[in-house]
Amino acid sequence: MLVEIENLRVQFPTATGMSEAVRNVSLTLGQEKLGIVGESGSGKSLTARSIMRLLPSNARITADRLQFDGIDLLTADEPALRRIRGRRAGLIMQDPKYSLNPVMTAGAQIAEAWRVHRGGSRKVAAQAAIDLLAQVQIRDPARVAGSYPHELSGGMGQRVMIAMMLAPDPELLIADEPTSALDASVQAEILRLIEDLVSRRGMGLLLISHDLPLVSHFCDRVAVMYAGRIVEELPAGELTRATHPYTRGLLECLPTLSHPQRRLKVMQRDPSWLI
Amino acid sequence: MADMIDVAALFVRFGSTQAVKGISFRVAPGENFGLVGESGSGKSTVLRALSGLNADWTGHMAIAGTPLTPRRSRDFYRRVQMVFQDPYGSLHPRQTVDRLLSEPLLVHRMDNIETRIRRGLAEVALPDSMRFRYPHQLSGGQRQRVAIARALMSEPDVVLLDEPTSALDVSVQAEVLNLLADLQQARRLTYVLVSHNLAVVGHLCQRIGVMQGGELVETLTAEDLRAGRVKHPHTAALRELSVELEEPEGAHDPGLASGR
Repeated sequence: MLVEIENLRVQFPTATGMSEAVRNVSLTLGQEKLGIVGESGSGKSLTARSIMRLLPSNARITADRLQFDGIDLLTADEPALRRIRGRRAGLIMQDPKYSLNPVMTAGAQIAEAWRVHRGGSRKVAAQAAIDLLAQVQIRDPARVAGSYPHELSGGMGQRVMIAMMLAPDPELLIADEPTSALDASVQAEILRLIEDLVSRRGMGLLLISHDLPLVSHFCDRVAVMYAGRIVEELPAGELTRATHPYTRGLLECLPTLSHPQRRLKVMQRDPSWLI
Repeated sequence: MADMIDVAALFVRFGSTQAVKGISFRVAPGENFGLVGESGSGKSTVLRALSGLNADWTGHMAIAGTPLTPRRSRDFYRRVQMVFQDPYGSLHPRQTVDRLLSEPLLVHRMDNIETRIRRGLAEVALPDSMRFRYPHQLSGGQRQRVAIARALMSEPDVVLLDEPTSALDVSVQAEVLNLLADLQQARRLTYVLVSHNLAVVGHLCQRIGVMQGGELVETLTAEDLRAGRVKHPHTAALRELSVELEEPEGAHDPGLASGR
């Protein structure tokens, strides 16, 4: 197993005591595509970032087991974590506008990632950057390599981010709302690209999103989180058979072209979901 | 009935880029008109020219029969209001909800400020206890409700909505879309809704304009869009993608993720 999590808890100190952001989450991930879906504040991003130990400094994290490829992440020291972060587990974030360095060309940033993780001369790294840009299906990789982030569209920027993540050839890819800032058509292209790269390279994928129907097209399994817990986990193809009222609510409150409704269904939150 | 909004041959240029290339549409009073398209298609630019945020345009625009000039009257800003995508960016972070809601009333020299604020909060289903909070103390959905309440403070006829739900969770999106529909019924408002989400536009609007590269390539009814009676290939492509992705995998999936 690539990732094994058992009873993960993430807490934050507040004026009124500890607030529980992630409560007893257990999941395992192999060479497969797992979607984590939930709304803001459900703990989905914190769960994913726990795997890289990239939590805010005031977070208290406990777990019965938190392992990446057999390495205990709770006791691992910084050098050990650094050998995982970026190198063995890549992270793609939501908005390339904020995650790319605005004063470095796309090629230079990818080449930097390449050299940090793999070494080699500047020349080799620059060529590798162009190859990686070609792998993320950019038609004119040499031109994009010489462009600054502000000269790139959102979809192009996200491709650059993905190319950078691929440089060290990681085994796990964590994509945290990778397409929420993009147009619907670009969204589908980027998700298809991620799915394709992950399948071809035999990586594990953790795809975090708030869009349940969308995620189901690109994952094998989907875990639905609510208020810090996984309330339901099921194969992506069986979403229509979801039983938890929260999962059903997430599916039903979306407006659709195929099933017009006069009024949208509004989620009725049941306090018992919290227990 | 006279048109509430009349736009004819509108051009907007940014430097050497022609962002809007002569588009025309009309919206009847009480009607919802949607503008869809991808980023860069010019849909938001149309809205910004209409709202007076961009004075650099040529062509003809009129609200309720009054032609618009680059410089607008105070009455225009009372009658036409706008709601933006990100309520974090559009609400002053150091002003309480009370202050945010009273400002349009002071600008437009309106009376009964106290009653209007209470009514405004009630209308968007926010409790009175929210009145003296700051935006950072509210959730995204509550913030967007405040932005809507503020837009309605001056009793406008026209509300321009620029991606009003794209920054919200889907469950909150449903609540805000229902709220917008209710408010329109209660106040006889005219909406122009800009979004890249075809399903959202199709839900709220009777008529939809599809934009591509600064041009309005097709105008059609929501019913025609749902039934697939579309003429332009760009409309067809947007519709196909939206229909494919809105159904969860396994519903009646034609196999979107190719290569499976």
